This record gives sequence, C-alpha cells and structure tokens, in this order.
Amino acid sequence: MPRVVESREEFEGEIFESLVIVEGKDLPLPAAGTEFTEISKSRRRIDGVQRVTGRARYTQDVYLPGMLFVRVLRSPYPRARVRRIDTKKAEKLPGVRGVLHRFNAPKAAFRGEESIFREEVRFVGDEVAAVAADDEQTAVEALRLIEVDYELLPHVVDLEEAIGDMAPRLDSDGNVAEAATHKRGDAKRAFKEADFVVDATYRTSTQVHNSLETHGAVATWDGDQLTVYESTQHTFGVRQGLRTALRLPFSKIRVLCDYMGGGFGSKGGAGKYSIIASLFSMQLGRPARCILTREEENIAAGNRSATLQQLRVGGKGGRITAIEHTSWANVGQGKWVANPTGPTNTLYDIANLSSKSYKVVTNAGSLAAFRAPGYVEGTFALESAIDELAEKMGVDPLSLRRKHAGSPKDPMSGKKYSDKHLLECYRLGAAEIGWQRRRSGGIRGSAPHRRRGIGMATQIWGGGGGPPAYATVHVNPDGTVVLTGGTQDIGTGTRTVLAQICADELGVDLDAMQVRIGDTDYPYGPISAGSVTTASMGPAVRIAARDAKEQLLGAAAGVLETPKAELRLEGGMIVSKGARTPLGEILSKVENNTVIGKGGRHPNDPQLSQRTFGAQFAEVEVDVRTGEIRVEHIVAVHDIGRVINPTMARSQVEGGVLQALGFALSEERFLDRATGRVMNANLENYKVPTVKDVPAKITVKFIDRPDRKANNLGIKGLGEPPIIPTAAAIANAVANATGARVRHAPLTRARVLEALAVAGARS
Amino acid sequence: MPRGPGATDVALLVNGQAVTVRGAPRRTLLDTLRETLGLTGTKKVCDEGTCGACTVLIDGRPVYSCMTLAVACEGMAIETIEGIAKDGELHPVQRAFIDADAFQCGFCTPGQIMSIVALLRDNASPTEDEVRRAVVGNLCRCGAYPNIVKAGVSAGKRR
Repeated sequence: MPRVVESREEFEGEIFESLVIVEGKDLPLPAAGTEFTEISKSRRRIDGVQRVTGRARYTQDVYLPGMLFVRVLRSPYPRARVRRIDTKKAEKLPGVRGVLHRFNAPKAAFRGEESIFREEVRFVGDEVAAVAADDEQTAVEALRLIEVDYELLPHVVDLEEAIGDMAPRLDSDGNVAEAATHKRGDAKRAFKEADFVVDATYRTSTQVHNSLETHGAVATWDGDQLTVYESTQHTFGVRQGLRTALRLPFSKIRVLCDYMGGGFGSKGGAGKYSIIASLFSMQLGRPARCILTREEENIAAGNRSATLQQLRVGGKGGRITAIEHTSWANVGQGKWVANPTGPTNTLYDIANLSSKSYKVVTNAGSLAAFRAPGYVEGTFALESAIDELAEKMGVDPLSLRRKHAGSPKDPMSGKKYSDKHLLECYRLGAAEIGWQRRRSGGIRGSAPHRRRGIGMATQIWGGGGGPPAYATVHVNPDGTVVLTGGTQDIGTGTRTVLAQICADELGVDLDAMQVRIGDTDYPYGPISAGSVTTASMGPAVRIAARDAKEQLLGAAAGVLETPKAELRLEGGMIVSKGARTPLGEILSKVENNTVIGKGGRHPNDPQLSQRTFGAQFAEVEVDVRTGEIRVEHIVAVHDIGRVINPTMARSQVEGGVLQALGFALSEERFLDRATGRVMNANLENYKVPTVKDVPAKITVKFIDRPDRKANNLGIKGLGEPPIIPTAAAIANAVANATGARVRHAPLTRARVLEALAVAGARS
Repeated sequence: MPRGPGATDVALLVNGQAVTVRGAPRRTLLDTLRETLGLTGTKKVCDEGTCGACTVLIDGRPVYSCMTLAVACEGMAIETIEGIAKDGELHPVQRAFIDADAFQCGFCTPGQIMSIVALLRDNASPTEDEVRRAVVGNLCRCGAYPNIVKAGVSAGKRR
C-alpha cells in the first residue's frame, strides 16, 4: 500500500522538506562481500552505438512534416520600454505564418510574470517578438521587417556599478538584496584575538554554459494533445512550466527528450522558446520549432554569475579561528542567487563564522544554475584565502586544512554526516601529486623563466539524492527487459548506470536490457542536476527490479512446479538445483504476459547529512615573462560512496576538471557597460578549452566505499564534485610557484602579469 | 554556368550515392545535409565555423560544412557520420570511441570522429599529438578530450 511520508532532501546546498509517496519497505544495502554481476563494472555505454553513428536523435534533429521555423526578435537595448510594435511588413513577407509580441500574445505566466514578452525589456537579448515561417531564412528576414518603438531607460550591467549609489534602481527596493546569512560563535572577538588575519577581495567572472546543443523545443499540437520535444534536464519540469503558461492539464502535455546535447544546469525547465513554439503550434495547427542560435545561447540562456567576494580569515595557535565571508553576485534579471558562502559555512569545522550572500540585479542576462552553482565561485575564494592564511602563518596549507576537515559533523546543522572520508582524499591526493616536493616559494621549472608550483583545494557538495523518483521494470515473454523512468541522460551515462543496477538486481544480462527515459508518460523522475540523478533513481530502480524478480520467481515456481524458495534468477536463467532454464522459455509456457515491477525512492535518514567530499591537487608551470599558466598535472580524489561504473565515473571527473579549467583560465563573458551588449557571444571569442588545453596528466581516484547510511546502494552523485575545487587548486599552485596571488578567476595572462608585478614590487 | 539567385540543382555524391538537391545558392552544405537529405547526424552548434561539430569529409578532406556552400560541392564526394560504417560494421574509429568512452553527451562526437577518420587515411598509426592536432578544431563541452585522444590512437592501432 502506498503511504505518505515526510522527506528532507538537500539540493544544491539548500534543504527542502516535502511529503512524498512511497510503497512498501526499502531494501537493505547489499551485504558486504556481495559479488555483483554489473555494479562496479566498467561497462560500455549502452547507447554508444547510437551516439557514434549519428542515429541518436536530439531535439535539434526533430523535423516534423509541415513544421514551422520560429525565430525571436530580441531587444538590442539593455533597458527600454516597448511602446509600439509594427509587424505589417513582416506579416506581408511570403512564407510568414504568424508573429507574436506583447500586444497580441495570449497571457502565458512564466517565472512569476504574466507574459513572456515584457513591456519593459531588461537586458540585451530580452524577448520582444517571435516569427513563425515556412523556413528559417524567411523567419530571419521577417525579424528585420518588424519595427519597434523603444523608449530607452537608464541601465546598469556591471556588478560593482550596480551596488554603488550612482546606479539606476532596477527594482523598487533597490538592486541589492540579502539572500542568505549564517553565524556561529563570535567572529568579531576571534578576529581581535587572532595572531594572523587575511583580508582579501576575490572576483570571479561570468561563465557561460555554452552547451553544444543550444536550448530549444519542437512543439506539436494535434487539437487535443501537446507534444514537446525539448533539450532539457527535466522533462517533468518542462511539463510543469507549460501547464502554468498554457493552462493545460498534465494529461494533455507530453514532453520528450531522448538524447540531449549538454545542459550543465541551465536546462532545468520550460524556456520562453518552449512556450513560444507551443503557442504557435496551437494557433497555427502546425508543428513549430524554436531552437536558439549560438549567439542567443550566449546572451539569453543563462550563465554563472560574476561575483565579488570579501574574505577575512583569522588564525591563532596553528589553527583557523575565525572566518567572515561576504559575497555579491550579479544575477542579471534572475530571480534567485546561487550561494557562494555555502562551502564556507559547511566545509571546515571553524568555530567562529559569519557569512552573508547578496543578490544583485542588473540589466544583463539571467543567471542559470551552472554545475555546482555558487560552490565553484565560493570555493575559489575560500580556498585561496585559506592558502593565503597558511602562507602568512608559515604553515603547510594542507596540514592547516587537516585540522578542520576531519569532523564527522556538519558544522552548520550539527547533524552527523552519513559518511565522510575527506582526510583519506587528502592522503591519497598528496601521495599522488608528490606533495612532499612542495616548497614555499615554488620549485624549479623547466626553464629559468618558468616557475613551478603545487597547490590543492577541497570540495564539499550534496549529491545524496532522494525522493520522489520512480521506475518501472517490464519483463517481456521472451525474457527481455524494458526499464522505464521519467529521468533523462544528459551525457552523464544515466541510461547505462540504471541498466547496470537493474540487470544486477534482476539477474539478467545487460544485453537483455532496454532503458526508456526522457518521457513524461513514464513514472516521475527528478531533474538531472545537483548530482542527484544516480542516487535518486538508482535505489528506485533496484526496488523495481527486485519487485519484478519476485514475480518472475513466482511464475517460474508455477511453471516448474518447484517451490519458489528453491529458485534463483541468474544471467537470465532460472536456476533450480543445478538445472538452468532460460527465463524466456519459462515465460513462453504461459499465455502472453508482461511482468511489471515498480519501485520508488525512499527518503534519506533526516538525522544525517548526506554529502560528497573530495580534494584536488594541481601542479603548474608559470611563464613569468608572458603570464601563461600550463597545468601539468591534476589529481582528483573524490568520495562519492560506491562507484557504479568506474570508467564513466572517471570520464565525469575529467570532464568536470576540464570545464573548471575554462573557469580557471580562459572563460569570461565580456559585457560592454555603455551598450549592455555581450561582446563575445560566440565560440571564437568566448574561450572554451580545446584539446590542446588539456593538462598533460589528470589522475582520478575514488574512495569507492559504499555510504552505508545513504540509500540502498550506498551511492552518491558525481556531476558537480569534480568542477568545484579545480580553480582554487590552480590559483594556489600559481601562488606557490611565483609568489603572486591572482584573486580574480579566470587567471588570464594579464591578471597573472599584474599579480607578478604586485608581488615583485612587494619583495 | 552562372547560378542563382533562384534555386538551383546541385549534383552531389553523398556517402557513395549520387543525389541531386535543389536549393538557393546561399544554402550551406550543413543545412542541405540535415534538412534536405535528412542526414541529421552532422550537428549544427555554432553555424559560423568556430566549433567543428559539423565536420564532414569532402573528397576525403575534413571540412566545416557550415562554412561550405552546397553549390560549391558540385560533383564532389561527401562523407558523413552516417556513411562510414560499412555492411553493418562500425568503422574502427566509431568502435574505438565506444571502447574508450570518448563521449558524454555525444553532440560533438560525429565531428570528432570524422576528423579522426580523415587523419587515419593519411596516417595509419598517429601519435597522441597527431590526434590532438586533428581534433583541435572540434570543441567538446563535456571535456571528453583525454578519451578522444586515446580513441584516435587506438583506432590507428587496430586498423
């Protein structure tokens, strides 16, 4: 019988309490020493053939008969009132089928606003109108024929300018709002008593996701049902957004995402493009496709906020005694803020702490969650400051961290961690990088002008997952298995991992498995974000597989006329006292049938804090003539509970490290203050790492020990952990190599040279 | 023969098959492949020659198809990701990509594979550096580069 229980889950640093429906009892953790057939094995991705042959169908590849092409007219001004729109010329262009804008579009609620087209456009790229035409070129030409009368309004795009007194006030209560605050102990007093204090300001620039598949949707309305193909991390989130905007019941909306070309946080729900495509399809009776261009992706599809962060860290008697962290983040027109003080509040056992996080609105594109939102920015500042303090105190920065990293309790909530092996991450990482070679002042480089250094940084993140998450296992009469769930595979290998868990529990070969996901007609699945997918879906899949197995053994008992207790299912065979009969042979003895197993994720233990931990070590060489940083070696050690697929986990870590490398060294959106325009809204001038930027060596290690108190598989997530500490580890290695502290990510050559000049003047 | 500005016929040899496509002279090879011929394996990521996702082979050479007009390919042999597996057998580079886990979301993968297929025809057993050089114009946002390089080297060895 289903029942309602309370659930308390962490998601991206926030705690959410809710009621969820669960059924039956959770399964116990597999006994220690269990010999798995699929779990912990490096299986190839089960959808690999589809992806390497070009047959994998992404949203961009959906072309439906009679489909209209939609293009969006975007504001060229950072802030203006749309007074009048004249679409007569555009509508006369042959092939144009419809134009939508604020004076004719139906009301469609979106993120707290009534319409998707604003009266006051608030950033360069804000939606002003949309055109649907028979082909893309016609839609593009029609945009040029739309005449808009704008009344320009004063704007501000820069974070520090927006905080200042001279900036125009964009919201009635000002541009700056307090978003989060935390206090413990008495930081004021501790600073007074401290022997050493570091007081420093750090900055991080805006990073743009630049998923290779841009945001977009293809919508088709058949008069009764709306089907939307969307490149998304959450089909159910898209469905919710469409329901709110279009006022359709869930039963009439189906959202599909078979393959998707990267998300990294920004594809969490319906976008204006989804609503625009749907509106056109419903009005015009033809499928409509609204897929963003690369430029639109850079200006209007979200970003990681630029931050300004002030850190004070105090030390006494070889320990960190106080910390104060204040952060301001440029959220553009976003309605929330990612919290850079999250790691400060929770990573180290520091008695006296005070932190504040402010949200700053500007006339720039909105933030969107970007792989460990807040934590990447915050960890860069925090872990840089800890190193600066260690340097001042004359102690080894790793030893200093060790004194505060061993606590089994979350210092913010006081709850015990379900599991924690951070000190072991330090030990393994230090051995792997050769930490004992590290010398204050750096070590000899490969040439006189090249300085070499070693640095490290720590990672904390959630990733415990939780309910609601459901899965269904269908077993066909031939013994083949179809696992369905409303989750999606955004490139993390979800299909493969869930197939491994299912096949292992059920007792069939991986080859017998099909995984169907990315469809709101399947049981509910959570957003693929926050490193929660595997830890949410995996335990549900295991329960569903167990349910199916029990039914299959019952059926086999009937067919074989043998007590169920004497039967096992192994490798797709029903095993009974040495006799092995293929499952399909047994099921074929009865009339056509489908055995259906169901499973739902049970809540986490509310008395515990489920977290992932890790440490990364960097060895770099810095050319002191040019400011060029060459990352020679990254060692990444992460504690994520049991690892389901070691090869794919390793790939995930390498990918996270490389995305972090972009944040650390090259990726930076440039906004022109005068015009509010993004000056590098393309992949030519926005510098995503290439194959040539990859460090000579990346060493990946896992603690790989089941978190026995986390869930029925002892697993936690891995999406975010590897991107969190890299930039700080590199900055600390650069400081170690050169004595120059670069306090602004990315550490471009100009910033390195500037810091070298400062360090040179000081010495 | 002068062409345009209206639609014009272009004869192409796509994956070994002769086809005639009709389209405006300004139409790119990429749009022609994806929209006219339904070969959606070749991806559109930037449409301005900065990422390599649309890489195809023209007369054996890797080319960004978003920067190539279809009319400029009259009579030329075009190979796309759909055409390199033969008789139901994956191409060695495709097999190597699966074995080395050389992709995550897979959106850049067709372009990466085509760049390496072209490399292996000139250089049957490339070094890591030679593979890097071959795919330096192919961006991967998931960061699968280390495994892409491994796949390229091992595909050379297994041929």
